[in-house]
Amino acid sequence: MALARRGGIGRYYNVNGWLFVAPALGLIALFMVYPILWSLWMSFQSGRGMMLKFAGFANIVRLWNDPVFIKALTNTLTYFVVQVPIMILLALILASLLNNPKLVGRGFFRTAIFLPCVTSLVAYSVLFKGMFAHDGIVNATLEAIGIIGEPIPWLTHPFWAKVLVILAITWRWTGYNMIFYLAAMQNIDKSIYEVARIDGVPAWARFTHITVPLLKPVILFTTVISTIGTIQLFDEVYNLTEGKGGPSNATLTLSLYIYNLTFRFMPNFGYAATVSYVIVVLVALLACVQFFAARERDR
Amino acid sequence: MNTPITRIATTAFTYGFVGLMAFLSIFPFVWMLLGATNSSIDIIKGKMMPGSALATNVSAFFTQVNAPLVFWNSAKIAILATILTLAVSSLAGYGFEMFRSRYRDRIYSALLLTMMIPFAALMIPLFIMMGKAGLINTHLAVVLPTIGSAFIVFYFRQTTKAFPSELRDAAKVDGLKEWQIFLFIYVPVMRSTYAAAFIIVFMTAWNNYLWPLIVLQSNDTKTITLVISSLASAYYPDYGVVMVGTILATLPTLAVFFFMQRQFVQGMLGSVK
Repeated sequence: MALARRGGIGRYYNVNGWLFVAPALGLIALFMVYPILWSLWMSFQSGRGMMLKFAGFANIVRLWNDPVFIKALTNTLTYFVVQVPIMILLALILASLLNNPKLVGRGFFRTAIFLPCVTSLVAYSVLFKGMFAHDGIVNATLEAIGIIGEPIPWLTHPFWAKVLVILAITWRWTGYNMIFYLAAMQNIDKSIYEVARIDGVPAWARFTHITVPLLKPVILFTTVISTIGTIQLFDEVYNLTEGKGGPSNATLTLSLYIYNLTFRFMPNFGYAATVSYVIVVLVALLACVQFFAARERDR
Repeated sequence: MNTPITRIATTAFTYGFVGLMAFLSIFPFVWMLLGATNSSIDIIKGKMMPGSALATNVSAFFTQVNAPLVFWNSAKIAILATILTLAVSSLAGYGFEMFRSRYRDRIYSALLLTMMIPFAALMIPLFIMMGKAGLINTHLAVVLPTIGSAFIVFYFRQTTKAFPSELRDAAKVDGLKEWQIFLFIYVPVMRSTYAAAFIIVFMTAWNNYLWPLIVLQSNDTKTITLVISSLASAYYPDYGVVMVGTILATLPTLAVFFFMQRQFVQGMLGSVK
């Protein structure tokens, strides 16, 4: 305000700048900031449907005694802990292999590996469900080459259903992360690698001591967005395991549980909002940890 | 260390690994295409040869689903969301980069923080808001909450750093107003940025599932993602029909990607720099 009152050019800049950013800020305020505060308020209320009453911390207490919630939380964290590191490492290795200009057909390989992230989460979930059916093509192939003796119950066994979800999201998102790494690798000065090669640094060491440290900001970025994505997992589990969350809730995620609480069971908006705030807290917490870890290693 | 044998082994490993990954990435697409030509039983059994059931599957799909309407619903939502998002976000990206205000950086940081807000925490209030506004079962309700995207604003601001400020200064000297500079100079110069953002937003909107699942409850407003999901969740899904559906659902995004691939990679480069 003080700046604007000084008049002249400062005022002109301000008014114009605000006009340019106003539509975006307005929409985000209306459709993100307002609802997130509303659902915070709702999480302290309880009742059926729209008949909500203030309930203090009752919902938070209920969380601890809700085995389905604990199950959803454990599953979500399992996906995160197992899947994100596998995918990030795989994407990094693929990117550094495909960044080699001497590799014949690298354009084809890049496109092929990127292709999965063009599909919709629903479409590929549906495909995976068919491929991993009990007498489906995956089991038939694994049996034919002698890896397994009898079909793996991908969709009906609690453990294998989780493995299937992890396989599916890795298939969908690895190429997406790889593109970020490839783009970042284009900015690394090639002579660094030349010098290292002449000094006899082996490929693996070049990868861990040059590529990974130089890509750290991008790795941090992809880790944070992958974390946010995995913690919110919904489409895949809903479509792979027919909306129920798998055999005895084995693949149930927090997002799916919120959906069930709101639109499938007797609606309880207050409690569902509380569960949704668990996701907010998790995302914030994990992102903080990741930023902090990245900063620590800088010293 | 660098003996011919290790070099050959490394090369063999590289091609083997990359080739396997490429195969695994493409396989579901091949399975989907072949599936559309086979009967449901053959598909599940893993027949990897083209069959003769394509016509049956296609006609079954078209009798079970009002395909033109469903396709139109998806297209309408995706195109509307893309145009509005690009307009709003590029204005904001330009504004945040070009204008100085003492609050700018603080507001921008706050905006970036909204990227971390999970959708699950918004859906109940959003659903009630849409209900009160009488927008349940309308495509507007699907599009509205997606327009203001912090990520796309961030993307436009990052790439705006590469916009030559000499152009803007010269235009100012010529007496152009700020909105004229934006519309007649910035937009044409930044078209590869727009193309990349187009791909990202279009795909996200076309593939969106959870929010349309909540808001679109009547059959005549449903999108293709909702339809293939319900086809596949039948007790005995007809996989031939499902395959036709997944192909139709995947084709537009695949086409957009292949037509704009070059811009996409360029745009990605811009955002990482």
